[in-house]
Amino acid sequence: MATDGLRAALLLAQAGAPARRTSPRASWDVVADVRQLLHYSFMRHAFAAGTIVAVVAGVVGYFVVLRRSSFAAHALSHVGFAGATGAVVVGVNPVAGLLVFSSVAAGIMGALGQRVKGRDVTIGIVLAWTLGLGVLFLSLYTGYATEAYALLFGEILGISQRDVAVTAIAGAATLVAVAAVYRPLLFASVDEDVAAARGVPVRALSAGFMVMLAVAVSVAVQVVGVLLIFSLLVTPGAIVERLALRPGRAMAVSVALALAFTWAGLSVAYFSPYPVSFFITTFAFAAYLSARLPAAVTAVAPAVRGPRRGWRARG
Amino acid sequence: MGGSSGILAPASPGSPPVHAVEPAVVARDLAAGYGTETVWAGATFEIGAGEMVGVLGPNGAGKSTLLRLLLGLLRPQRGTVQVLGRPPMRGNPDIGYVPQRRPTTDETSIRGVDLVRLGLDGHRWGTPLPGRRQRAAGRRVADAVAAVAAQPYAGRPVGQLSGGELQRLLLAQALVGEPTLLLLDEPLASLDLRHQAGMAALVSDLARELGLTVLLIAHDVNPLLPVIDRVLYIGRGGVAIGTPGEVITPEVLSRLYEAPVEVLEDSRGRLFVVGLEDEVSHPHGY
Repeated sequence: MATDGLRAALLLAQAGAPARRTSPRASWDVVADVRQLLHYSFMRHAFAAGTIVAVVAGVVGYFVVLRRSSFAAHALSHVGFAGATGAVVVGVNPVAGLLVFSSVAAGIMGALGQRVKGRDVTIGIVLAWTLGLGVLFLSLYTGYATEAYALLFGEILGISQRDVAVTAIAGAATLVAVAAVYRPLLFASVDEDVAAARGVPVRALSAGFMVMLAVAVSVAVQVVGVLLIFSLLVTPGAIVERLALRPGRAMAVSVALALAFTWAGLSVAYFSPYPVSFFITTFAFAAYLSARLPAAVTAVAPAVRGPRRGWRARG
Repeated sequence: MGGSSGILAPASPGSPPVHAVEPAVVARDLAAGYGTETVWAGATFEIGAGEMVGVLGPNGAGKSTLLRLLLGLLRPQRGTVQVLGRPPMRGNPDIGYVPQRRPTTDETSIRGVDLVRLGLDGHRWGTPLPGRRQRAAGRRVADAVAAVAAQPYAGRPVGQLSGGELQRLLLAQALVGEPTLLLLDEPLASLDLRHQAGMAALVSDLARELGLTVLLIAHDVNPLLPVIDRVLYIGRGGVAIGTPGEVITPEVLSRLYEAPVEVLEDSRGRLFVVGLEDEVSHPHGY
């Protein structure tokens, strides 16, 4: 799936990954550690952006899992990659490129994807082409190595105050939009047929949700990058799905998990020589494993279920 | 009551309550289809308020299409139809609908009560905030769950429920909005015989208690025989409506499906219609 991008990124990483810094030491004095964490403005920006992104990703991610549209989230991040690299080529803020490209793609995908079954094929076709575009834009831009690295794997420590402001506005808009359509969106996600019969505009909601997803993806790319988007946009929702909570509570837990991964990742990374994205994805993965473990242990006869979920959008 | 149009049956004790003078559904020369293709045509019938009607016909006859028309999800190709005195409209709050069930994924986290709740206010915009209205809504959901006797499993994720348990909760979802017309698409599918009878009886009891008109699609008429007033068979060129004894005869069904159809009855009064599926799925296959 993403192996082409991965290989390219690995080559780039060898060539132009940011040099490791000598990391500060953590002490047992938590107050002093927090003071240390927030001493530099780049860390304050990182925490601010990370917090906004985690809240948005936690809320939107709940619906991503409920609607089985994780493949769409993945695809939108790749479309966003083309937008961001394109923006860099023409000298525009890559976040703006991300937002515009992925939102437009989301609108098109929402309009095309009325036939539920055909959606993953449609999305896959769009995805392949936009990754190609991204490669073209990268080759056009001369100083591409670090930029590409940041887009692919996230570089939250390099986030500017302006990026934080853009993230805050985009994030707030998404949350307001979700709050406005919360009930019918839930209805349409759980039971499309009955929702349509009750007068819920399921197609318009589907397209609208794709745009919300595009914005969530765009802001999340800054934190974990295009390739690691799942850890913030899908993993919290997937963990919550195993807990069988009422929807409002489930969403709150999903947000709490995304916040925990982000904050823990930022904090641990600060005191270590390794990248933030690694820690965020690792904490997310560990939480997912521990959420699955009890069920896996109790299921004495794990019937052959085959690979389910994840990449394949049921629609 | 039968199909007598516009005549108010005298309300005698023990008979189903009659709420409205006008019939629940009136169809005149109705035709339905998708695009240029017509599924069925020439359907003229009336369904009285408070009636329970089994909708029957072979696979692909357009039974679900009829429900889609009544729900306003599909426009008639020809003819007119009135539902509860009005043309069909999407989102009619007086209609409760349970679509045919496709198998659900086994990991859906939504609980049964959440599903029922969506039937109450899932179509409204916005996010409900905790408060008195929420508590009232919670009580109505609990009442609907109790009406279908689903309390023991209503708190479980729907992915873990059996087909019968899910059907009961979906019925509660359809009832929680207090409809007057209930449209049920194959509610007995994927149930074993005992549960089919139980589900049919439950629908019948609730319909009588709440004064509902019910259109219930089924593949097999037998579990419905104890509870339905009339049957509606759908054919390409029209419909046959009447009591099971009037309609489920070789003459009526052979004429409707333009093919030799036989009706067999076993010692327990169960009816078996022979020749329907073959003729309709391969209309010119001889």
